[in-house]
Amino acid sequence: MPREGTLITNPYERVSKEQLEQIHQSSLDVLMDPGLFCFNKEAADIFSSNGAEVTFVSGGEHPTWSIKIPENLVSKALDSAPKTVKLGARNEDNSLIMHGDEPRVFFVTGSETNVWLDVDFQTYVKKSGSSTEAKVPEFHARRGMVEDLAKAAHVCEHLETVDAFIRTVNIQDDDITDDNKDVNKFFASVNNTTKHFMMGLTNLEQLDNVVNMAKLIVGSEEKLKENPIISFITCLVKSPLQFVNDTTQTMIELCRRELPVVVSSSPQAGTTAPVKEMGILAQINAEVLAGITLSQLVNPGAPIIYGSVPVRARLDDLSDSYGAPETSQYNVDCAQLARFYKLPCYGSSGVCDAKVPGTQSSVERLFSNILVTLSGPQYLHLTYGLFDCNSTFCLPQTVLDDAHFQMLKFFLRDPQINQDETDTVLKQIREVMNTEQKLYIRSIRPMLKSGQITQPYPFEGDRESDQALELACDKVNELLSQPVEHIDEATTKKIFEQIPGVLPRLNVYNK
Amino acid sequence: MTEDILGAMKENVIQGRITKDDEGLEDEMTGQPGVKELVQEALDNNYEPRTILDTITDAMTIVGDKFESKEFFIPDMLAAAETVGVAMEMLDPLLAQSGIEPKGKVFLATVKGDLHDIGKNIVAILLRGNGYIVNDLGNDISAETIANAIKEEKPMVVGLSALLTSTMGNMKGVIEVLKEAGVRDQVKVVIGGAPITEEFANNIGADGYGADGFDAVRVVTSLVG
Repeated sequence: MPREGTLITNPYERVSKEQLEQIHQSSLDVLMDPGLFCFNKEAADIFSSNGAEVTFVSGGEHPTWSIKIPENLVSKALDSAPKTVKLGARNEDNSLIMHGDEPRVFFVTGSETNVWLDVDFQTYVKKSGSSTEAKVPEFHARRGMVEDLAKAAHVCEHLETVDAFIRTVNIQDDDITDDNKDVNKFFASVNNTTKHFMMGLTNLEQLDNVVNMAKLIVGSEEKLKENPIISFITCLVKSPLQFVNDTTQTMIELCRRELPVVVSSSPQAGTTAPVKEMGILAQINAEVLAGITLSQLVNPGAPIIYGSVPVRARLDDLSDSYGAPETSQYNVDCAQLARFYKLPCYGSSGVCDAKVPGTQSSVERLFSNILVTLSGPQYLHLTYGLFDCNSTFCLPQTVLDDAHFQMLKFFLRDPQINQDETDTVLKQIREVMNTEQKLYIRSIRPMLKSGQITQPYPFEGDRESDQALELACDKVNELLSQPVEHIDEATTKKIFEQIPGVLPRLNVYNK
Repeated sequence: MTEDILGAMKENVIQGRITKDDEGLEDEMTGQPGVKELVQEALDNNYEPRTILDTITDAMTIVGDKFESKEFFIPDMLAAAETVGVAMEMLDPLLAQSGIEPKGKVFLATVKGDLHDIGKNIVAILLRGNGYIVNDLGNDISAETIANAIKEEKPMVVGLSALLTSTMGNMKGVIEVLKEAGVRDQVKVVIGGAPITEEFANNIGADGYGADGFDAVRVVTSLVG
């Protein structure tokens, strides 16, 4: 049985059907005028041979083509793109089945930050001389390492609401290079979680090594197709409207191998996209449709996911303002657009502008997590532990986010309003009114024990100061002390024998 | 056999099951004898009321420990206390015959102008569960009614409850009326409720303040003990 996810019975919709049609038509217009620039020759050739209007613009180091994509190519691609995509997992019970027309949300980590934020606590004594003490968090930012990634995967394996794992932190160890980064980020992650793993590829030359490792883990190429434990993210279109050479080539290769791939675009409203809602939607939708069209021209039926990471620019430093309410608006709109095409949606929420855990962080991440979840994107990423406009990852925040998603999942359960419930509660009301104390407390107990009533906030402190982060750090240590199911010893041996570049220190059987 | 009945009684206090029809914490409990049936069975088999009382007290100690460790919540505590209240109604006359007196008699009331009674009702359940005889006078009760009840039935403690800042002042009025009626020295006055603080209790001349239901039981026990 695959993971259940969270079904949104009545998804929140910001825009009407007519407005969706209007956005769709605007995107088609954009695809013809101005069209896109393309820096990848093979993509230009594919478009050209399938009837798109392709014009060579300039040569030199970065040959450039102008591509105008007609509506019929887009429509054909939307027809052939699968409406259901399976993302497999080492433990098949952790597989995700995403139907484009069903707003069932899976919560996923993200997203390859450079900075890992350590937390420790200093004890301060009240200056007035009293014996009152307070623990205050101190944050230490440092570059992420491969052991950090393994640790994050380990913790996320045990977090109930985490449905799939995207590498949380970019690995920057001294012995990590462009030539071994991909195999190590894959192995460090998949060896510590049995959930689905999605990654962006650093070096296309490493794709075969990564895919071969996945085949070793599941047993064969055929089994990998049945149970794709790995999928990929490609931002092949750089906003505004430019096919990038390397990521476009990566997507072409992934589609040829029939591995699930997110066709993603991340325009920034105000800089690389219009700041107006209609403008960024017309553009991002055109960019994603262009990528989807290419994917289906390469291999009709290749499993793709509609990838949308629209953000608004911060106007003080032009970084991605995930905390801005507009960012949530754009993401809700994109979930609707993907559903309009009946394609599974890779949406984003939960990142904050705040640099460290605290009040601002909680407000920003909850605001977007609640609203975007309600819109029903199937694959909601970035939702755990991210800070500072998606440049910093803090592991204790992931357990806090998990608690918040448990609350949200609880809230989203279907209401139990039916005849059986009516009969039960009327009987209960009449019984209680016949008692002296007239209290319903007794009837709470079975519901409390069976999980039908939420428990108190799990990181509630017993002092006046906020202890949530301190308790979250304790929880991280507790989860790290719980074992995870590593890749078995025989397969691990094969991986280290056959896949070049995997760091020996990641081999748990050598310790 | 003795251990079976007393063991089952202890378990059912912990599970908060009064009768066989009650759900316990586990589904399979429904249909099995509850505390009421087990106390009756024990009495029918000539167990000493004192032995039954000790069993129930042990069970409540376990319930208290589970509450402290956050395994149990208030509904669990109240359910267990309710079973003890029912058991005590059966045991009180027999304990009295054996010369064992109840811990004490407590009157409870929500003061004049205030209709909120959840807190008071919880305190009533917990006090009964701890072996006190409780007379709940009700809510919106005038100072004069409280004074008359005290004069007639001579409880050891009167507990006053108020939820509203606009009615908490009436607690002071109750104490004044008790003084005027000449019964203030006969009874300990304990107050509680959402807006009440220890400082307020001290200011109006109350004898004790219960921060919550469990604290109220602790305060009452310290005053009558």
